[in-house]
Amino acid sequence: MGLLNLFDLAGSAMSAQSVRINTVASNLANAEVASASPEAAYRAREPVFTAVLDEFGEHPESARVTVADIVESDAPVRQRYAPHHPLADEKGFIYLPNVNVVEEMANMISAARSYQSNVEVLNTSKQLLLNTLRLGQ
Amino acid sequence: MSISFSRALGVHEQALVIRSRRSELLASNLAHADTPHYKARDIDFKAALEAARAGQGGGLERTHPDHIAVGSPGPGGEPLYRIPEQPSLDGNTVNRRVEHVKFTENALRYQASITFLSGRFGGLRTAIRGE
Repeated sequence: MGLLNLFDLAGSAMSAQSVRINTVASNLANAEVASASPEAAYRAREPVFTAVLDEFGEHPESARVTVADIVESDAPVRQRYAPHHPLADEKGFIYLPNVNVVEEMANMISAARSYQSNVEVLNTSKQLLLNTLRLGQ
Repeated sequence: MSISFSRALGVHEQALVIRSRRSELLASNLAHADTPHYKARDIDFKAALEAARAGQGGGLERTHPDHIAVGSPGPGGEPLYRIPEQPSLDGNTVNRRVEHVKFTENALRYQASITFLSGRFGGLRTAIRGE
């Protein structure tokens, strides 16, 4: 039954989007964490989605969404001159994460919208299934 | 005179099957709106319904038992790829608004078929009871 596959599909998309919201939360929470060297600084993370074909599925197009990997941004970390900071190196610099707050906010809104549209899909298909069950009564 | 159920239900039985397949495809497009290189797919409902009414499954037929079984593409035949309106950097061709509108429209038409079917069932029941 095609409509029952929708629950799996929309559910996988919702969990993938919630991973995305989680990484946004992690990036925003760590946006101002200072460290002593560029290597030790936190780097912005982002999940990469991929479509996984269910080999035992009836139809190949009902590929579920999975998180293939969580990649770290390779943008340069921010350097700030703060000689009195306890973590400052010998030149007086501290290193801050390469998190772009504006980008993260836009990312969060996009993830929330995607999540919502999947909830919508779930609700609609639930309604359709219930109506099909009541057919002829 | 006997009652033929397949004739009584008309086109709606096949329409429901194709509609549910189409809703699966459209939901898949929406679910993969953020997946890189995902290509949006859809089926041509009119052509699929005509094929279903003509009794063609839309798939390859095995004319010999030794033929390798090819997975049936399912009702509605092989899905087609949507032509993207504008290119995107990650190769994804899903337009969220278009898919949403089509999904809602498809759901409405599914409901319409269900309503027609319940009407037919009501008519059959009246005919059987003879009230």
